[in-house]
Amino acid sequence: MKVAFTTSGDSLSAPLEQRFGRAPKFLVYDLDSGAFEVADNVQNLNAAQGAGIQSAQAVAKLGAGALVSGHCGPKAFRVLSAAGVKIYPCAAATVGEALEQYVAGALAEAGAPDVEGHWV
Amino acid sequence: MSAAPQKNKSRVIAVASGKGGTGKTTVSLNLARTAGAGVRLLDCDVEEPNAHLFLKADLLAEETAGIPVPRVDPALCDGCGECARFCAYNALACFDGPPLVFQDMCHGCGGCMKVCPRGAITEKDHRIGVVETLRAGDITLVQGRLDVGRAMAPPLIHAVKRHATGGGLVILDAPPGTSCPVIATLRDADVVVLVTEPTPFGLNDLALAVDTVRTLGRPFGVVVNRMGSGDGRVHDYCARENVPVYAEIPDDRRIAEGYSRGELLADALPEYRPLFAALLETALARAEGAA
Repeated sequence: MKVAFTTSGDSLSAPLEQRFGRAPKFLVYDLDSGAFEVADNVQNLNAAQGAGIQSAQAVAKLGAGALVSGHCGPKAFRVLSAAGVKIYPCAAATVGEALEQYVAGALAEAGAPDVEGHWV
Repeated sequence: MSAAPQKNKSRVIAVASGKGGTGKTTVSLNLARTAGAGVRLLDCDVEEPNAHLFLKADLLAEETAGIPVPRVDPALCDGCGECARFCAYNALACFDGPPLVFQDMCHGCGGCMKVCPRGAITEKDHRIGVVETLRAGDITLVQGRLDVGRAMAPPLIHAVKRHATGGGLVILDAPPGTSCPVIATLRDADVVVLVTEPTPFGLNDLALAVDTVRTLGRPFGVVVNRMGSGDGRVHDYCARENVPVYAEIPDDRRIAEGYSRGELLADALPEYRPLFAALLETALARAEGAA
C-alpha cells in the first residue's frame, strides 16, 4: 500500500507540512517496496478556493490508501473518505519521523475533520 | 425620425466607498429622501443590510433567492471527470465514478452542465438568501439578506438589482471595499458616488475605489464626509487625479447624534437638505452626460 505525506521538500528528512490543502508537495511512500515519489501541488497552493478538495482528489489519484498530514478540514475529509483514503493526523517534524510513527501503529485514524473549513 | 429617449430606462446612482463607515448609507438614504416620490433604494450590502434601520418601513414582499447548482445523475455519469476539470471554483471532485458536489463552493455558472459529454448534469436551486421589498413613505426599499453561513454575495446582489429596472430613479447602497460584491453592485451604474473621509485611511481606500470604478468605466465623483476632521490630502488627491468633489458634509456632532437615534439627516437637520438636493442634481447631470 502507498501512504501520502504532505511536505515542502523532496526527501524523508524534509518537514512534514501541517497544512493539507495548501501543502506544496505530496511524498507518496510505497510500504511494499520502500520506494517513494514526490508530486507537486503548486496549483492548489495558489488556488482561490477549494484547495482541500483538489488536494484530496490529487492524493486519491496518486493511488494512496492513507494520508499522513497535520490537519484535515471538512471538504477534504469528505473527498478522502469517498475515495477510501484513511487519514492520520500527525505532529511529527519530518516525513521520516511521521513514517516511523505510521509503521509503528502510533497514529490514530481520524474519524472526523479536525479543523474548520475556511474561505481564504 | 429621431430616437425618442427611453422612457423605461432607470437612472441608477450607486453610492460606494473603499473604506467602511465613511457614510454610504447616510448619503444613500438622504439622496432617496431628497428625490422623493417613486425613488427606489436598493441596499446591496447583503451581508449586513442597514438602510432599513433608518426607515420606519413596512414589509411588502419577500422572495427567496438561490443559485443553480449541479445535480448529477449517477445512472448517466461515467466518471470521466470533465466537470471537475472545468470548474474554476473546485466545486466538484471526481475520481472513479460520479463527482462529489460541494454546493457552497459553486458560483452557479452552469459550465459543468455544458461540458458534461453524457448529459448527466442538471441544475437544482440552492437557496442563498432572501430579497425583501419594503415601503416607507415615498421610498421603496429593496434589500437582500444573505443566509448565515453563505459566502456567495454576488448572486444575491444580482437578485436585488433585478428591482432596478423599469424606469425612475434607483439608488444603490453598495457594500464597502473593492471586491466581487462591490463589482456586482457598480458594474452597470450610470454614476458612482464615492464617499470618503479626509483621513489617511480614507484616502488610501478612496484611491483603491477610484481605480475600481475607472476599470469599470463608470462616471464618478467624490463626497467628502466629516469635513474638518482630518487634513487636505483627499482634496489634493482629487485635484491631482481630476476627480470631481460633488459635495462636502461637515464634521458636525449633531449629525452623529441624529444617526445614533436612527434619524434621517434630512429630517433631523433640515439645513442639510440643500446639500443633498445639489448632490442629487450633480450626480444626475453626470449620469445624463455619460448616457
